[in-house]
Amino acid sequence: MTGVFAAATAAIVVCMGLTLARSIAGPTVFDRILAVNSFGTKTVLLIALVGYLAGRPDFLDLALVYALMNFIGTIAAMKFTRFGDLAGMEDDDSGEVF
Amino acid sequence: MAGPIEVLSWVCILSGSVFVIIGGIGLLRLPDFYTRIHAAGITDTLGSWLILAGLMLHEGFTLGAAKLAMLLFFLLTTSPLSSHALAKAAFLRGLDPLQGRDLVDRHEVDDIA
Repeated sequence: MTGVFAAATAAIVVCMGLTLARSIAGPTVFDRILAVNSFGTKTVLLIALVGYLAGRPDFLDLALVYALMNFIGTIAAMKFTRFGDLAGMEDDDSGEVF
Repeated sequence: MAGPIEVLSWVCILSGSVFVIIGGIGLLRLPDFYTRIHAAGITDTLGSWLILAGLMLHEGFTLGAAKLAMLLFFLLTTSPLSSHALAKAAFLRGLDPLQGRDLVDRHEVDDIA
C-alpha cells in the first residue's frame, strides 16, 4: 500500500512541476491564474496523500482548509484581473451584462 | 493477501495519478488558453476524484472517510466553478480563442495585461 501512495505522490509532484512551468511561462495573466489554481488543487491531493504515506491521516484537516482557501484565492485574483479592484463592481467597458 | 477493496483502491489511486499527469502535460503543451482550461479543468476533476475515492476505499467507514467525502464535495463544486469564472473573465476581457488554421499555425497570442 505504501508503494501505491509513494507512486501517486511522485506523480503529483511531477505534475506540480509542469504546472509551475506553465505559470512561469504563460503568455497571458489568465494562464498564470489557471496554473496557480491547478497547482493548489494538486497541493490538496499531495497533502492528503502524504498524510496517508506518513501514517498521519490528521493531515486531511489541512487539506480541507487548503481546498477552501484555494477557491477563494482564485476568485479574488480573477475579480482583481477583471475589475482592477477587489471591492468594486464597476465595469470598464460599457454595454456588458452580468 | 490483499482483499478486493484494497485492489480497487490501488486501481483508483494509480489511474487518478495517470490522469493528473496527463492534465499536467496538457496544461504545458496545448496551444491556447481555452484549450489549456480544458486540460486543467477536466483532468483535474477526474484525477482528484479518482485519487480521493481510492483513499476513501482504503480508509473504510471512518471519520477520515467523512473528511475525504467533504474534500471531494468541495473540489467537485469549486473546481468547475473557478474554471468557468476564469474562462468568462478571459473572454469578457477580450482574449480571443484560436480558431481554424490558427490552431495549427500557432499565431502569437496578443499580450493582454
